Amino acid sequence: MFLALRDLRFARGRFALMGAVVALIAVLGVLLSGLASGLADAGISGLRALPVTHMAFDEKATSEQFSRSTVEREDWQAWSTAPGVERAEPFGNTLANAQVTQGAKKGEQVNLAVFGMAPDSPLAPRPGKGEGLEEGSAGIVITQEIADLGVEVGDVLTTDKSEVRLRVVGLVDETVSYGHIGVAYTDLNTWRHLHYGLPGDLPEAAERQATAVALTLEPGADVTAVEKATATRADTKETTFGASPGYEAESSTMALIKGFLYAISALVVGAFFTVWTVQRKAEIALLKALGAPTGYILRDALAQVVAVLVGATAAGTAVGLALGSAMIGKAPFSLSAPAIATSSGLLVLLGTVGAVVAVRRITAVDPLTALGATR
Amino acid sequence: MTTPATDHQATADPTGSGGLRLDDVTLALGDGDAAVTALDHVALTVAPGEFVAVVGPSGSGKSSLLAVAGGLQRPTSGTVRIAGTELTALPDKQRTAARRRHIGFVFQQSNLLASLTVREQLLLPLHIDGRLDTAARARADELIEAVGLTHRAGSRPHQLSGGERQRAGLARALMTSPTVLLVDEPTSALDRVRSAEAVRLIAEQTHEHGTATVMVTHDTAIMDAADRVHEMVDGRLS
Repeated sequence: MFLALRDLRFARGRFALMGAVVALIAVLGVLLSGLASGLADAGISGLRALPVTHMAFDEKATSEQFSRSTVEREDWQAWSTAPGVERAEPFGNTLANAQVTQGAKKGEQVNLAVFGMAPDSPLAPRPGKGEGLEEGSAGIVITQEIADLGVEVGDVLTTDKSEVRLRVVGLVDETVSYGHIGVAYTDLNTWRHLHYGLPGDLPEAAERQATAVALTLEPGADVTAVEKATATRADTKETTFGASPGYEAESSTMALIKGFLYAISALVVGAFFTVWTVQRKAEIALLKALGAPTGYILRDALAQVVAVLVGATAAGTAVGLALGSAMIGKAPFSLSAPAIATSSGLLVLLGTVGAVVAVRRITAVDPLTALGATR
Repeated sequence: MTTPATDHQATADPTGSGGLRLDDVTLALGDGDAAVTALDHVALTVAPGEFVAVVGPSGSGKSSLLAVAGGLQRPTSGTVRIAGTELTALPDKQRTAARRRHIGFVFQQSNLLASLTVREQLLLPLHIDGRLDTAARARADELIEAVGLTHRAGSRPHQLSGGERQRAGLARALMTSPTVLLVDEPTSALDRVRSAEAVRLIAEQTHEHGTATVMVTHDTAIMDAADRVHEMVDGRLS
């Protein structure tokens, strides 16, 4: 670092310019990471929160399973007795529009991502406020996202289509959502009314149905037989995230933008250090003539690269975190330490790769050019 | 401070084992029709403390002589010995190390590093060799004083005059106490008065530090300070 540090100080204007570019990319990296985690939370945090390992869907539903799949009572019964299955429960999923018909925010429109489950199943919510679910009571447990709209425990919501009256019995004070809509938990019977859009008594066929079988499987369990017998397919919980509306498109768009950002950053850093190394050619020849091994010069140059990248990325990440914190609550944004560490780490790593390609030309400089009037 | 040159010549080892010795060195550059014999069976022995000037027109092979003597280029045939060690027989890595420890270069227009102060220019060769310690720092200060740059020790090359840069380059070359000092056209950027001063300083330091010094130049006005003068024509040394 003898020379690297002094060059940094001497040519600080040039390095500051390049550092500023890297820092801005780091800011963008943090914001994109935050947005990606925020969108993921908004899209699938409801599914993530369910205490299951797999979901079994109707095998005919190959995409958007949560809206297309229907399973029957025989299915979850078959699943619950199959080997390797610890637990199998019916799970209902539907989206509903409702209006506050009783409560402080009377008249307010509320969208609900309704999760239906047996009130005594482990899937059922444990509200921090109010009470839990009860079969056939038409009660719902809302999550923070819905409470943020002004809905309170004790309010009554009425759905638009089926005109089912839902009483808010409890509140889970966490933000849990599905497809960018706050989750409301209810019993299976109420879920069926909402799903089929039917007030009054349900037809007998509907009483035996749910969207999927929520499963807890033993690790490595082979469930091919029961899948075949019930004409269902078990997906891991993580796979089901892709079935959430818009989730795949959002995350692949984010990944694409981030990918381009890293590529641009690596190219910018590579281009800068290419020009810098070419400019330094006479000095490199001189160093070699003075007896500096190529390794010494390469180490010095790489230390400089890493110092610039780490410094610029750290500064950019700090700015990004400050901006991001201000965005929380105003946009689907959440800051996750591992995601930000990965984003910043990749920026340094790929920048270094770009620079390594550039500084490799140090090896090709001929010390002989230090002699004669080459400058 | 200046010791008469003859004293050094008297103590010179006649076999050349102490300083620089080139035996029957030939350097052919390019091939086919473009082939040029840059050095043609050159023999040269420089004893420790001896200051040899090689003059000749440009293209006569002067720079090639320095490149081969300094281990920057392998001759096509012949041997180069420094303090008895056959430089031409060493593998690349050891040749680089020999350059670092036993050879001092003073380049045309001094060739200093833009971001380093005069003092740091001197410390660099020892940092490269992993020997940057208190003794090295003390030596740097002594050499800076010897070349009259104490008031400029903290200045960077762009703040120095041509003469000052040349003196800094000389001091840097002497930092590692080299066996051989190779000087390339030291006066190309200097006027007549400063040229004479610069060469006088090289002679003085050669005698003081006992280096085997070879200076190549096309400037015949500065040869007086040398102990011996050779002329180079078409790769042949007379």
